[in-house]
Amino acid sequence: MIRFENIYKKFGNQVVLHDICIDFEMGQSIAIVGPNSSGKTTLIKILLGMVIPDKGNLFFDDILIANNHKYRGKIGYMPQISQYPPNLKIYQLIEMMTDIRKNAGWKGTPDNELIKAFDIETFQNKTMSTLSGGTRQKVGAALAFRFDPSVLILDEPTAGLDPASCEILKDKIQKEREKGKLILITSHIMADLEELTDHVLYIQDSQIQFFEKTEALRDKYQEGKLGKIIACLMKKKAKSELIPTYV
Amino acid sequence: MKKVLKYVLYDILRNRFVIAYTLLLLLISLAFFGFEVNPGKGVISLLNINLIVVPLVSIIFASTHFYNSYEFLELLASQPLSRKTIFFSQYLGVSISLLMAFLIGVGLPVLVYEGTITGFRLVLTGSILTLIFVSLAFLSAVITRDKAKGMGLALAIWFYFSVVYDGLVLSIFLNFSDYPMEKATVLFSLLNPIDLARILVLIKMDVSALMGITGAVFQSFFGSASGLAVSLTALIVWFISPVLVAFSKFNKKDL
Repeated sequence: MIRFENIYKKFGNQVVLHDICIDFEMGQSIAIVGPNSSGKTTLIKILLGMVIPDKGNLFFDDILIANNHKYRGKIGYMPQISQYPPNLKIYQLIEMMTDIRKNAGWKGTPDNELIKAFDIETFQNKTMSTLSGGTRQKVGAALAFRFDPSVLILDEPTAGLDPASCEILKDKIQKEREKGKLILITSHIMADLEELTDHVLYIQDSQIQFFEKTEALRDKYQEGKLGKIIACLMKKKAKSELIPTYV
Repeated sequence: MKKVLKYVLYDILRNRFVIAYTLLLLLISLAFFGFEVNPGKGVISLLNINLIVVPLVSIIFASTHFYNSYEFLELLASQPLSRKTIFFSQYLGVSISLLMAFLIGVGLPVLVYEGTITGFRLVLTGSILTLIFVSLAFLSAVITRDKAKGMGLALAIWFYFSVVYDGLVLSIFLNFSDYPMEKATVLFSLLNPIDLARILVLIKMDVSALMGITGAVFQSFFGSASGLAVSLTALIVWFISPVLVAFSKFNKKDL
């Protein structure tokens, strides 16, 4: 479904992604994990066409995505921080996104489940600038799921949401997962990832360290909790860098 | 494109700054025409607003807007939209709203009090100056990711065209005063859109007689039909080329 072929990216002198090769298939729900500034967000941004790789190809449905924007009609993206034009009203923003999707050839009935669950209609006449961070996140989530995309990309989806909304969102993610969609989630909250995903993509030092099923990881490390496995791996890696190797 | 532009306009036209700018221009224009018995003098006073305030507001507002909508641009980039649509909907949104502010604030009073060819030239050059400085603002905002640096660059561009450039030209004239410089002045004025706008309005007025020999050269060049065509073309090049460069940069930019 999505194929990264030898993707390289540098920002200035800093290597952010080094020779990334990976395949994502429909039906997978993938947790993207790694320490801060390991290249997770850059990986997502390359997938969305926001960042252009220095080298390498990226295929979506076997179509090269360079200079192509149509494929994004099949992606629902929920950004970490949702920023919208300050003077636009919420219903106008939703209208705009619907117009954009329709223009790109989307024909379907909008999925209003999250809009209802989050009670967005009660404040749809407010302008975006008056909303709190959590409420903006709700709008971001509702927009990401609204057009029944086959791929969902969620960047820290639960950060900033209150516990009740958090559960609503998680239930929605589970539902979409059961429909066989491809879901990519980055988060630092391991408990959420454990609940919502079945694969782990671990990135560190600009490279993919492994991409495995969560079950396989549990067997390998003889540890039930994903959080502990990841914490252990991050420490190990940090240690191995601290101890100089003598030949 | 049209769809996105519509919502960008919804947003900007409700911006308090744009509303305040419109009202300020309207107030100034009405005051100038109200206080002067001769509306021609009102046009001269307005010319200074045209050459200083309009470029400054255009370049500052456009770059602030670009930086403030950065996250929104990212969100648009994640939608099935081309970079071209994203960039030009923002560019047109800012240009159209500032143009509307200018046309209501200056265009309307000029039409009422001084609907002559000079008045028309004032409005035309003011409109083109708005477009030019929005283009330059987008260029500086696309080049620099850092907001503080970008705003600094925008201010520097404005300062260069409205103050520094004239000083440079003047010092060249002083140093080369033994040589005939009349033709060179025409070239120098084509290289600065603000000077060009000033000349295009002044040449239609009696005050151009005050410019001496240079004024005579200007009169024969800018007063002729071909000179007018050249200077209008120069102004159009001044707003199209920065925006095209800005777009080609934006097209390859990492958001």
